[in-house]
Amino acid sequence: MCQAAHDPEKLQTFRIKVMRQARATIMSVNHAQRVDLEVVADLIPPQSRVLDVGSGDGLLLELLQATKQVDGRGMELSQRGVNECVARGLSVIQGDADKDLKFYPDKGFDFVVLSQTLQATRNPKLVLDELLRIGKHAIVSFPNFGHWRVRLSLFVEGRMPVTKDLPYSWYDTPNIHFCTIRDFVNLCEELGATVEKATALDANGQKIGLSMPWWFWNFFGQQAVFLLKR
Amino acid sequence: MVALRTKRTNNEADEPSSPVLRFGADKPLKLDAGTLLSPFQIAYKTYGTLNDARSNAILVCHALTGDQHVASTNPVTGKPGWWEVLIGPGKIIDTSRFFVICSNVIGGCLGSTGPASTNPATGKPYGLDLPIITIRDMVRAQLMLVDHFGIEKLFSVLGGSMGGMQVLQWASSYPERVFSALPIATGARHSSQNIAFHEVGRQAVMADPDWHGGKYFEQGKRPEKGLAVARMAAHITYLSEAALHRKFGRNLQDREALTFGFDADFQIESYLRHQGMTFVDRFDANSYLYMTRAMDYFDLAADHGGRLADAFAGTRTRFCLVSFTSDWLFPTEESRSVVHALNAAGASVSFVEIETDRGHDAFLLDEPELFAAINGFIASAARARGLSA
Repeated sequence: MCQAAHDPEKLQTFRIKVMRQARATIMSVNHAQRVDLEVVADLIPPQSRVLDVGSGDGLLLELLQATKQVDGRGMELSQRGVNECVARGLSVIQGDADKDLKFYPDKGFDFVVLSQTLQATRNPKLVLDELLRIGKHAIVSFPNFGHWRVRLSLFVEGRMPVTKDLPYSWYDTPNIHFCTIRDFVNLCEELGATVEKATALDANGQKIGLSMPWWFWNFFGQQAVFLLKR
Repeated sequence: MVALRTKRTNNEADEPSSPVLRFGADKPLKLDAGTLLSPFQIAYKTYGTLNDARSNAILVCHALTGDQHVASTNPVTGKPGWWEVLIGPGKIIDTSRFFVICSNVIGGCLGSTGPASTNPATGKPYGLDLPIITIRDMVRAQLMLVDHFGIEKLFSVLGGSMGGMQVLQWASSYPERVFSALPIATGARHSSQNIAFHEVGRQAVMADPDWHGGKYFEQGKRPEKGLAVARMAAHITYLSEAALHRKFGRNLQDREALTFGFDADFQIESYLRHQGMTFVDRFDANSYLYMTRAMDYFDLAADHGGRLADAFAGTRTRFCLVSFTSDWLFPTEESRSVVHALNAAGASVSFVEIETDRGHDAFLLDEPELFAAINGFIASAARARGLSA
């Protein structure tokens, strides 16, 4: 057993570093995405049991704990993200949505949230199926590949779109399974899921009016948030 | 008899310098081996003050060769407590806020009943007459200590390695007594490779002619060579190849060139010999056999029909598991399988894997990321428990 001197100064420096990193991450989340988290949070009643799959920096979990007193858990792929979340007192584990959802029991949570992560999974259909199994409700938010800017980029320039919200080039993007709002609605039907509520957000993160038809959402919605159940 | 006693670890075995709780014939310890241990005693240390609600108690479980002196000077070695980097006034586990209990495990050699303790039936040390002790036996004894303090629910139970096994056993056996659990660098069972290493250590002890079938005290001897070799082999498993290379490389010890002999030419040889030699001064060889056996026998899933999730069914305990990337004794996968079982049981669980090259022993060292995780977990659990900051 080796011994090392306890160094409170070193620890304090480390704590500050963690906090700064966390804050920097929060600041860098663009406005539209933060609105998406608020839309998700609005769908969850107080004191619910929530699993956030792809919990990232823990922003949504913190928001839900502060405003809704939920029993919140997170799963995140990046170990760095996980360690920071745990250091901030969140209940988060390292895990892969494609592989590790199978360990959770049926309907173990009131809500399972998959925020901005579906397009980065290997098998989105299986992941969505698992969300519907684990949660009494599933909330899925994703960038809409049917948005007019994306269409324009492909149509006019003939190139894979690189936008403010989808900043990656085709060769280094973690987003390997893009879909449009219409594609997603079709997948829900295929999996026997009921759409309880759907919201599309425009480029400014504003909700697009409820009365608009699907094609309008699919054209002007930059992001979509779905509340599902099965 | 006096001569024999001095041969034992400063007689810490029978009359430890820390407080002792003695249980008479009316309160035997039920052992997994199928017998009762009676009378028996538990040596322990406490730090801080138990609050009026008795809700601020933290039980620390020690590892294979650890002891109750977790946060104060060890009476045998004169060295600081083995987890003083973490536990003390103003530290992550703040003893001005929490009441910390740490007891020597049953089967140990620093005051709780173990093979070096005097067997009241014979007046001689138990030696191998002590029944085999399991992790669950250790925890059963700790429960009696916790009951003695009138603590209904421990705020937290934490420990690394064999200590982590005890944490998992606590959470499984007495979920209603554990508010939060922090098993570090551990697993729900001892792997085949780990049993193999332990067996090498035990055989080294038993091959020493001074072992005398475990009755070495009666011969006025101690199997120091065998125990030192056991410790040397084990110590390698507590480190990592990268850390060994970083610290020692192929550096020579106090010499310019190879000696073409079997002296400790290399620093690593000298280091291991030193580790072996200092270990025998503070640890009882038979106790080493019992401790390693307890770890080998540990298999929490096997106690629940092979399904680990059932060991934690319905638990409301908050868990935080920690593993280290370079730990090859309890690799991350061991912790992850516990995490998956806890997920299946619907438990609240955090899991942190820490990047370090310091191997299994990292849990005892000044690892800022480990401390940050423990700090975050304890702070949020304390809020949930309604403990003021």
